[in-house]
Amino acid sequence: MERVAARFDGWLRGTAVGVLEYFTLAARSLRFVFARPFYWRDLLTQMDRIGFQSLPIVLLTGLFTGMVLALQSSVELSKFGADVYVGNLVGASMIRELGPVLASLMVASRVGSAIAAEIGSMKVTEQLDALQSFGTDPIKKLVTPRVLAGLLCLPLLTIVTDMVGILGGMIVAVFEIGVAADAYMQSIWSTIAMSGFVFGFFPRDFVSGLFKPFVFGGIITLTGCYYGMTTSGGTEGVGLSTTRSVVTASILILASDYFITQALMALLAER
Amino acid sequence: MNPAERTEHVDAIREELERDPSPGIGRTGERREPVIALRDVFLSFDHPILEGVDLTVYRGETLHIVGESGTGKSTILKLILRLLQPDRGDVEVFGERIASYSFQQALDLRRRIGMVFQNAALFDSLNVYENIAYPLRENTAQDEDAIEETVRQKLDFVDLDPDRVMPQLPSQLSGGMRKRVGIARAIATDPEVVLYDEPTAGLDPLTVGKVNSLIRKLQRELGVTSVLVSHDIRAGFRVANRVSLLRDGNIQFVGTPEEMVAVDDPYINAFLS
Repeated sequence: MERVAARFDGWLRGTAVGVLEYFTLAARSLRFVFARPFYWRDLLTQMDRIGFQSLPIVLLTGLFTGMVLALQSSVELSKFGADVYVGNLVGASMIRELGPVLASLMVASRVGSAIAAEIGSMKVTEQLDALQSFGTDPIKKLVTPRVLAGLLCLPLLTIVTDMVGILGGMIVAVFEIGVAADAYMQSIWSTIAMSGFVFGFFPRDFVSGLFKPFVFGGIITLTGCYYGMTTSGGTEGVGLSTTRSVVTASILILASDYFITQALMALLAER
Repeated sequence: MNPAERTEHVDAIREELERDPSPGIGRTGERREPVIALRDVFLSFDHPILEGVDLTVYRGETLHIVGESGTGKSTILKLILRLLQPDRGDVEVFGERIASYSFQQALDLRRRIGMVFQNAALFDSLNVYENIAYPLRENTAQDEDAIEETVRQKLDFVDLDPDRVMPQLPSQLSGGMRKRVGIARAIATDPEVVLYDEPTAGLDPLTVGKVNSLIRKLQRELGVTSVLVSHDIRAGFRVANRVSLLRDGNIQFVGTPEEMVAVDDPYINAFLS
């Protein structure tokens, strides 16, 4: 019993230290956004890797998600002769939840793992020590550009996912269900308009749909960097860090999605 | 190796040193200005690594630290670079105690020290040119033409053809070439001190000779102070002014290679053989 308690105590302490290190890394990486020198070339490279190179995967994810949403919802709606409302369901689901969450999960598996593997390899081959020996702060050089690129690119990727998802839904609605294209788009707009506007002009759904991926972008890149920088144990350790970064980032995305939704509902509720 | 063979082996090293003496204290002995000093340094990880290490490195000399695996040789280099902090004791570099240094001060200190890592630690994603240019871009205000000139000069110094190797990625280089590019990168900003972590590990004898002659050339032509950590004690004798033996977390012996082979100590004899 004592051994179990001791192990639990050790695990608890290790987790507490890990959480503290994670937030310290977050704070330092964001502080360096405003400190010189700023590594512009690294930021552009990371924006290319995280944003541009993720386009194919989020395009496919968005397209098929939108298509299957339209297909599934039409089965239920057709029972009530309400096929025309398929756009409402696709639009609301994609913009509020599926666009941000699915795009982020795909990027977490593609980019988060790559970041953990790259920085982890640098750690075990002493390249991080080499950076420090040249007077470079590895957080400023490696973490800040990746986190910033994640924060900037994920909302943009989400917009693309939403648009392609809505387009995928429209293809199914028009060619499978027989809903007119303009009626489908009209139903999407009505859903957006119904949930209201912030400052009288910015759709409330967009605020929530873009704030979430902004946070998720930070989570994905920071988690990858954290596991990369704490890698130990050679190539086996790199593999472990890669797996841990994807699992942790995915869980954090899904958990924070709930809390962000709750918070935004309370904050943006019409008074 | 039995005792007779061991004695024979040590005698062979003695004869070798008589024929071709080590650099010895030589000119550096005349002006013994300490550049690096470890005073009563203790450091533990899971178990004690260093237990009261005292060591001084003088300007212009090459000090070779030898010892069994896991005795903390590379740890000493990381303490000098302040990549690690001692649990107790002082580390002085360029006459200043570095324990109280801020993160920024530590980065500034590292700019004055070049480090050659065990496996070269070249940046995988950058080609040879970019690797050597990296410390110049970080720490100097040189324009691109000046950077290219320096990179070519350093590659010439380590006997590599700049036009051939500059566009190559580290993965395209042989082990010896990687080590030499690592040395070129470490000396790119003309540091006052160069630290070598196992610079000849895993290399063939010919390449070991080339790397050792580079270390001597750096000392001779540029007056660089060097600390060399290596298992290869005989190769170290060719380049070192002094040798220090690390055992059980302590410095057991410091002296010239000739003094080391003259000591009648069973452990040192076993180590030499």
